[in-house]
Amino acid sequence: MSQENSIQHGRATFQPSGKIQFGVFFQGVNSGTIWKTPEAGSQTDFESFRRIAQTAERGLFAAFFLGEGLRLREHLGRPHALDVAGRPDAQTMLAALASVTRNIGLVATQNTTYNDPADLAHRLASLDLLSGGRAAWNVVTTDNAWTGANFRRGGYLDHADRYVHAEAFVQTAKRIWDSWEDDAVAASTADSWAAPGHVRTVRHEGQHYTVDVTPRLPRSAQYRPVLFQAGDSPEGRDFAARQADVIFSAHPKFEAAVTFREDIVARTLAAGRGANDVQIFPASEFILAATDEEAREKKEWVRSLQIGPQQAIAYLEQFWGRELSSFDPDGPLPDIDPVVETTSETRGSGFHGAKARELAEQWRAEAAENGWSIRQFVSSRTARIDSTFTGSYSSVADTLAEYARVGAVDGFNISPWIIPSGLDDIVNHLVPELQERGVYPTEYAGTTLRENLGLATPERSPELVPAVAGRVR
Amino acid sequence: MSILRKADPVTHSSTAGFLALELDGDGAHPAAWRKARHTPDELLNGERIRSTVLAAESAGFHAATFADGPVAEGRDVAGRLNALQRAAFAGPVSGSIALVPEVDTVYTEPFHAATQLASLDYVSGGRGGWLVKASGDAREAAAVGRSVAAEGALAHEAAASVEVGRRLWDSWEDDAVIRDVPTGRYLDVDKLHYADYETPDGFPGEAYSVKGPSIIPRPLQGQLPVLAPARLVSVDGPLLPSAVDAVLVSAPTAELLAAEAAEVRAHLAAVGGGPAGGGPAGRAPAVIAELDVVLDSRGQAAAARLAELEAFTAWESPRARFVGTAAELADFLAELLAVVDGVRIHPAVLDVELEELAQLVLPELRRRGVLRPAASGGAFRELLGLERPENRYTTALRNTTIGEPA
Repeated sequence: MSQENSIQHGRATFQPSGKIQFGVFFQGVNSGTIWKTPEAGSQTDFESFRRIAQTAERGLFAAFFLGEGLRLREHLGRPHALDVAGRPDAQTMLAALASVTRNIGLVATQNTTYNDPADLAHRLASLDLLSGGRAAWNVVTTDNAWTGANFRRGGYLDHADRYVHAEAFVQTAKRIWDSWEDDAVAASTADSWAAPGHVRTVRHEGQHYTVDVTPRLPRSAQYRPVLFQAGDSPEGRDFAARQADVIFSAHPKFEAAVTFREDIVARTLAAGRGANDVQIFPASEFILAATDEEAREKKEWVRSLQIGPQQAIAYLEQFWGRELSSFDPDGPLPDIDPVVETTSETRGSGFHGAKARELAEQWRAEAAENGWSIRQFVSSRTARIDSTFTGSYSSVADTLAEYARVGAVDGFNISPWIIPSGLDDIVNHLVPELQERGVYPTEYAGTTLRENLGLATPERSPELVPAVAGRVR
Repeated sequence: MSILRKADPVTHSSTAGFLALELDGDGAHPAAWRKARHTPDELLNGERIRSTVLAAESAGFHAATFADGPVAEGRDVAGRLNALQRAAFAGPVSGSIALVPEVDTVYTEPFHAATQLASLDYVSGGRGGWLVKASGDAREAAAVGRSVAAEGALAHEAAASVEVGRRLWDSWEDDAVIRDVPTGRYLDVDKLHYADYETPDGFPGEAYSVKGPSIIPRPLQGQLPVLAPARLVSVDGPLLPSAVDAVLVSAPTAELLAAEAAEVRAHLAAVGGGPAGGGPAGRAPAVIAELDVVLDSRGQAAAARLAELEAFTAWESPRARFVGTAAELADFLAELLAVVDGVRIHPAVLDVELEELAQLVLPELRRRGVLRPAASGGAFRELLGLERPENRYTTALRNTTIGEPA
């Protein structure tokens, strides 16, 4: 299939929808969820998850999103003590939430390195059928043997191989989801429960997997699970452009969001898909109040609880590779040098290695220039700093309306900074402001995630489903 | 049928038994879908799970089990939802029934199995259990690109996975989440433990290790009850009676079931077992009898119903089969429950048998006082008469402190 033929008239140009939607990311393992205040609830009780999901659904959110980490984070060789940690398995939790929600999408982050394609595809298809077509898979890939130590299959991959491996996995999963004929299961008493020859056997023999399976689930109301992808490297972006429906991006700031959109549109067109075929939902945090000033004060308070003195020191320790507890968190950055060549960092935190001494010098200079203490410096480094929208409900709504107007993003994946009340003000105050501006849905478009995101039903790709003699009509 | 006494009534708080119902598909008979009270395309969805679990719970069943794995090829039901997810879906919408999915130990990553089962315990308020499966099915091996495990290897695989699960469940002590504001510590890392599991010498499959700790705190029940088919469990290992909380016993006929159960109980009690999931030392696992059931329904005799089903597809079941009236089944179960701790019923046609069981059989058994009440706190362990177990790492620490050199 040539690229020119595949782009139909009108699909080569990106068309802003004029709307934004919300998803919620219940993080579970991170430094942004505050716990040092009495209102902070359990990170594991089902009621916390139910409350967030049902509040999100009241606010017409498109998706409820869960992360995954398959090894407990470590700091200087021991489990990391300072942040929220310990969370239920994503798909198990989402299957439970499916029974107490009706419209919201259920997005499970699942790793391609430590799962088998046939098993993972089957579990995602199960979630999709149980939820009436609301399942999605956020595809992530890991290359390290450190996480692999929890698995009998191990799991070390060359870094460069990660996406080769992941793409073969995703294509196999799609073939499994494509394997049943439409309406294969009888709608009334019949001679056979499913139409004879209704299913194609899926076989894959590759460098990383061998699969030979007769899939045992029919298509769901949304055909197959929606695919999310979050990798930001050029390889990750191209992978998303070829395979994903939604990108969970790291670029919420307006200019960066516009640039990212342009990049993704170009990559999506190059992959032979339509300009609007891949949606973008950046990570974000909202600190809101009735007035801008109250919101700024609230932000100070939230930040003080996110980055305490211990977190600030621990943050530097992971780059210095040594204990720094003798340094004053409200004083300047340590004048001693890191003891490591490359940073060990908090294992499992998703950072990459860096040259430790160079980094330390740069940071000292940056902190000195700005007159920052350790704590102020670390606050400036946390990932959330760029993704926070702070202000009154109406001013933030004005800001978001501009994103909608130009189509910078399709929505925001919101990380509540407190569980379980963290969506209340967004749903009670921000959503109505956005609805008044005509940039937010006023009802769910349908019952499936695909309908609610406005994604087209994917067509079965015949070339992805090679016929196996004797099993196809 | 002779009525046998329980071998060791002292270890059980109640002489009354419990009932589990297998909820897979449209029933245990392969042709059940033809007699189901819904159309085939209404089987594989959440509403079906909700309605069947709630029907079983309101009928008074103590536990629901969910079979997993490949389905038979042919004209019958060709689809099956993942068992653990069905159980999880049922968690928030049910209140007292234990939810026990079958989870394979041969082709499933033990770390995933352990963390998913722990998560099931959280979403069900402590009503989760694990029905251990050890698949020797070539289709399951091919699906994940592995060679099929030999028959003799299955118990080794099961034993390894169960041990991984139990270690990971204990890898967070109960009070590991401290939320200590003055020191800024959310976790007390002294209360987290590496599982450091390694398959033993002589493990028939490829050796493996699991590091840990778990990625989820200790399950609400501490340890989920572990149920396993009796054929996988032996006093000679590798899956020891002390590693499981209940065994499932099958016999070729209903008449032989009580005797077989008594024999299994005597075998397991011979060495006394160990602390099953931290239970009292010396306690043997509970014994659960497996029974296929076909009942008279709506004026049609059970035998005639069975004949109709058999005309479509032959039922090849390894379990004892009861075919008769509700009153006869109540008599049979009352006798059987005097010998075993529980009975798992496999209904020929779920919609049909469950109606009869709910209206006629369970009320009669309750009237006779042979059924345990539903566990008050809802925990599955409580139903099995198991205490909340002490954490193995807490125990080890205490023993070390008392006098052993560290």
